[in-house]
Amino acid sequence: MSLAPAFDPHLDEPEEPLYTARKQIYPQAVKGFYRRIKWLILVVTLGIYYFLPFVRWDRGPNAPSQAVLVDLPHRRAYFFFIEIWPQEVYYLTGLLILAALVLFLMNAMAGRIWCGYLCPQTVWTDLFMAVERLIEGDRRERMHRDAQPTNLETFSLKLLKHSIWLLLAWWMGGVWVLYFADAPTLVIELATFRAEPIAYISIFVLTFTTYTFAGLMREQVCLYMCPWPRIQAALTDEHALNVTYRYDRGEPRMSLKKATHARSLGEPAGDCIDCQQCVAVCPTGVDIRQGPNLGCIQCGLCIDACDDVMAKIERPIRLIAYDTDVNIKRRQSGLSEVFKPIRARTVLYTVMIVVIGAVMAYTLVNRAPFTVNVIHDRNPIFVKLSDGHIRNGYTVRIANMLTAPQTFTLKVDGLHEAHIEIIGGEGEIGGLPSISVGADQTREMRVLVRAGEEDNREGEPASLEFQIQDIHDGRIAVARDFFRTPHSIH
Amino acid sequence: MQDSHAKKTDDKSGYGTTGHEWDGIQELNTPLPRWWLWTWYACIVWAFAYWIAYPAIPLVSSFTKGVLGWSSREAVVADVKGLQTLRGPMTAKIEAASLADIEKTPELLSFARAQGAAAFAVNCSPCHGAGAQGSKGYPNLNDDDWLWGGSLEAIHTTLQHGIRWDADKDTRSSMMPAFGKDGTLKPNEISATADYVRSLSGLPTEKGSDLALGQSVFAANCAACHGDSGEGNQEVGAPKLNDKVWLYGPDKALIMERITLGGGGVMPAWSTRLDAPTIKSLAVYVHTLGGGQ
Repeated sequence: MSLAPAFDPHLDEPEEPLYTARKQIYPQAVKGFYRRIKWLILVVTLGIYYFLPFVRWDRGPNAPSQAVLVDLPHRRAYFFFIEIWPQEVYYLTGLLILAALVLFLMNAMAGRIWCGYLCPQTVWTDLFMAVERLIEGDRRERMHRDAQPTNLETFSLKLLKHSIWLLLAWWMGGVWVLYFADAPTLVIELATFRAEPIAYISIFVLTFTTYTFAGLMREQVCLYMCPWPRIQAALTDEHALNVTYRYDRGEPRMSLKKATHARSLGEPAGDCIDCQQCVAVCPTGVDIRQGPNLGCIQCGLCIDACDDVMAKIERPIRLIAYDTDVNIKRRQSGLSEVFKPIRARTVLYTVMIVVIGAVMAYTLVNRAPFTVNVIHDRNPIFVKLSDGHIRNGYTVRIANMLTAPQTFTLKVDGLHEAHIEIIGGEGEIGGLPSISVGADQTREMRVLVRAGEEDNREGEPASLEFQIQDIHDGRIAVARDFFRTPHSIH
Repeated sequence: MQDSHAKKTDDKSGYGTTGHEWDGIQELNTPLPRWWLWTWYACIVWAFAYWIAYPAIPLVSSFTKGVLGWSSREAVVADVKGLQTLRGPMTAKIEAASLADIEKTPELLSFARAQGAAAFAVNCSPCHGAGAQGSKGYPNLNDDDWLWGGSLEAIHTTLQHGIRWDADKDTRSSMMPAFGKDGTLKPNEISATADYVRSLSGLPTEKGSDLALGQSVFAANCAACHGDSGEGNQEVGAPKLNDKVWLYGPDKALIMERITLGGGGVMPAWSTRLDAPTIKSLAVYVHTLGGGQ
């Protein structure tokens, strides 16, 4: 007997292929409570998406009148009464953090409702499937047709379907670009082929991705491309409501006839009659009865399908329902159901959402309509003048976020004696140098501060406060920096 | 042996295993979708297309050029041309406006300062420093002490023709004699003069130094250029000696070294290297650093 394993030529030949072809899924039409919710959400979300760019919002002169607009060339973003400048991108960061926390909270309360109802991939796939059913018929009809060799009818139906899909995809991409320019103007420009090439390129790319993802790839996007199913598993717990097959009620599954017989004999019989309706309607081809599943987007369509069957066989509905792991176990051991929406994680998420939201709202409401920023010259740190005085140079940038031009006076506090000069300054108002800044613009200036003898001393560098004041209403914005001399530390 | 390699079905997941096993841990065979495989193949094909279309493979003294004939050098040249076209209108305005008008017009000032800063970083910073702070022998351009004049016009002239730059016939020249090296002055006279120069700006002098001798030597040899009280002379580029700014430093040893060796700094004439609008922008930039007169 040899110690080395015998060479086996078949060892590395996999019995299962390393790559599998996609199994075509033919989701069946379904009616019911959750299907109605999904239709409603589809109409509302797509309605918002398609019409929002055309909503007008009067901001006065010098600003666009589109309610929601991301103006990339001018580096401005508008959302109704809010105008965001690039340096305020932390509002976007905060919004994304809030969105993530809301997603976590939704997940802790009721599983993947984002996936099942709100995700654009789900909504557009739903729309594309509706078109497919309208043209090619329901599940059985489509399966039957695809099993036959292609004839002229099949070909023309498919051609029609793909054409409508492409139109929908094109419309999706076409609306996307309207968020980045004045919508009515851009529509006319697009129609007359005078729009920027980037608009057409964006539309082309989004048409292609929408057609591919919602028409061709569908559940493959959720199964292989989306990270959320993987993350979601770490965020759910036994108290979260998930679409669940109540196996405590359904098993042992058997045909209706057998079940009636078993019950008459007093033998255990589950409510599940293995009719496969839950599988037939599933848009991702999942068998919910196998338990929690990566592929399940928890849209609840299997609940509608199963309820339909339960009503027909006169058994209680909700054999498949939004339920928790805890309750299944409790029912099995004869305990009553418990629902615990208030748990450590839901409280934590809620508190975080409220705190972050409040902080964001507070800063947004109280933000200054104009700001000043100061950068000390890096090199040289200070300049010694021929009379021995010390001068520091600063770059001062004033941002006027108002839609009217403003004039500001500049004051520098913190020195015993300060002589201020603005390179390219315009003059003086009330003994202070003044600067005017155009509407919705920034202006950068070089400001020189010369200190008196007393300020050229040992010790910490003097702290300066640059104060700009709106000459009309007296509002103030400040920025801080230091005045450095050959004798100051650091 | 065979048993440990046999492909089995995993009870938990329902997936088959690859048959690989390490200390009882088996590897699940989770097949990838086939479209993923085809996407991968497509990427490989795309990569080969790239190889053919663009410069790709290094050869001994050259490289494959690619059928599209694209070159990064030409792309840069085209980009620079594009930028020049973009800046064309502003450059024309800079060319047409007087130096004083450039400083008075905010639009022109910010353009000139930006263009000047870029040109300064490339051409001037090796000697004058990144912030124009200067160094020993190279003047600080931020302060209000100017060797050849700190007005816009004077700075512009210096930039155009340089200093002691013989290739330019309009360059401004002067040369401080090497008093020590030539033997014109004796060491004790140089020492006394250095102390006297320090006293002009109120700096302490060495104990027992003959300031009277220094004063007489200064009057006889230095005052012609540096002025009777060391006030300097921008006509001949003679530094002010009675202020707090020192080109080579205020130490006595450094002053003696200058008296001994003489000489003066050299600056190239930029009119042969930079175009007129750039030199104008540089003049405005230097003037607005803070010391301009």
